[in-house]
Amino acid sequence: MHAQGRPAGRSYRDGARAGLPFAVATAVLGVSFGVLARQLGWGVVAPVVCSVVVMSGSAQFAIASILGAGGGVGTATLAAVFVNARFLPMGLAVAPSLVGGRLRRAAEGQMVVDASWALANRGDGSFERRLLIGATLPQMAAWVGGTAVGVVAGGFLADPEALGLDVVFPAFFLILLAEELKDRRAVAVAVVGGLVALALVPLAPPGIPVVAACVAALLGLWKRP
Amino acid sequence: MTTVWLTIALVALASATLKAAGPLLLGDHELGPRATVVVASLAPALLTALVLVDTITTGQRLVVDARLGGVVAAGIALLLRAPVLLVLAVAVATTALLRLLAA
Repeated sequence: MHAQGRPAGRSYRDGARAGLPFAVATAVLGVSFGVLARQLGWGVVAPVVCSVVVMSGSAQFAIASILGAGGGVGTATLAAVFVNARFLPMGLAVAPSLVGGRLRRAAEGQMVVDASWALANRGDGSFERRLLIGATLPQMAAWVGGTAVGVVAGGFLADPEALGLDVVFPAFFLILLAEELKDRRAVAVAVVGGLVALALVPLAPPGIPVVAACVAALLGLWKRP
Repeated sequence: MTTVWLTIALVALASATLKAAGPLLLGDHELGPRATVVVASLAPALLTALVLVDTITTGQRLVVDARLGGVVAAGIALLLRAPVLLVLAVAVATTALLRLLAA
């Protein structure tokens, strides 16, 4: 059943269960995206369609804020591409753990979202494919459902920032990070990656510092102490 | 409104392409041993960058505000082995409280 004779690993159901707490957080973020987009005059349908087809919180908040500030299509698209550029190295990382031909793998690769990618990461360079896909499904539903609720509630709700909802993103990533810091090398990679990103923030367009942090992964080539 | 729809279409296409690129390029090829150890180390680097950028930057500036308090509170909750949703609730409540006090 499983490629390369690896252990069968965990099921889609295990993935859905692991993804559930993140789905709740994603729903909260979806509501704030819906509220924001509605307040920016996107109407009712466009924000929901956006969540279905883009399926990326960080990119969607980026385009909403840029269009909201009067930016054009080109600027907003470029910013979203930079913000989502991390999916390129993440896709290269999961590719060998997917199954089927190139097209099927490319389709399965669409299921990569941050939390699922981190949850499915075995830490040895391979990924639990079923866990990845299973964990993404409830998050997709929560993202789209949350957006719909936010769009409807947008007329009545206060500013999501006053409620502290914007901090869900970094807190979400911190939880995933805590799982990864298993040894001293991971801590070293984290520290270097963080420093590289912060150093580039004033210099590079948003999104690029996060991608540049990937160079810290080269520390993985050092022999274990 | 045309601007919004056009941006949505382009960004959807770009995101799908970024996610498809790795699997399309690699197909069923295994990564070499050196590439594998680098891949294994990507997660801590990417996640730390995401935490820091979303906590202490706004656009291209470093900014310390209520978000930092919320994330530090979340870190303390994590150290105390709180479940995921409690950690998030602590982060949100702390940030909202700090903003309320500052207002």
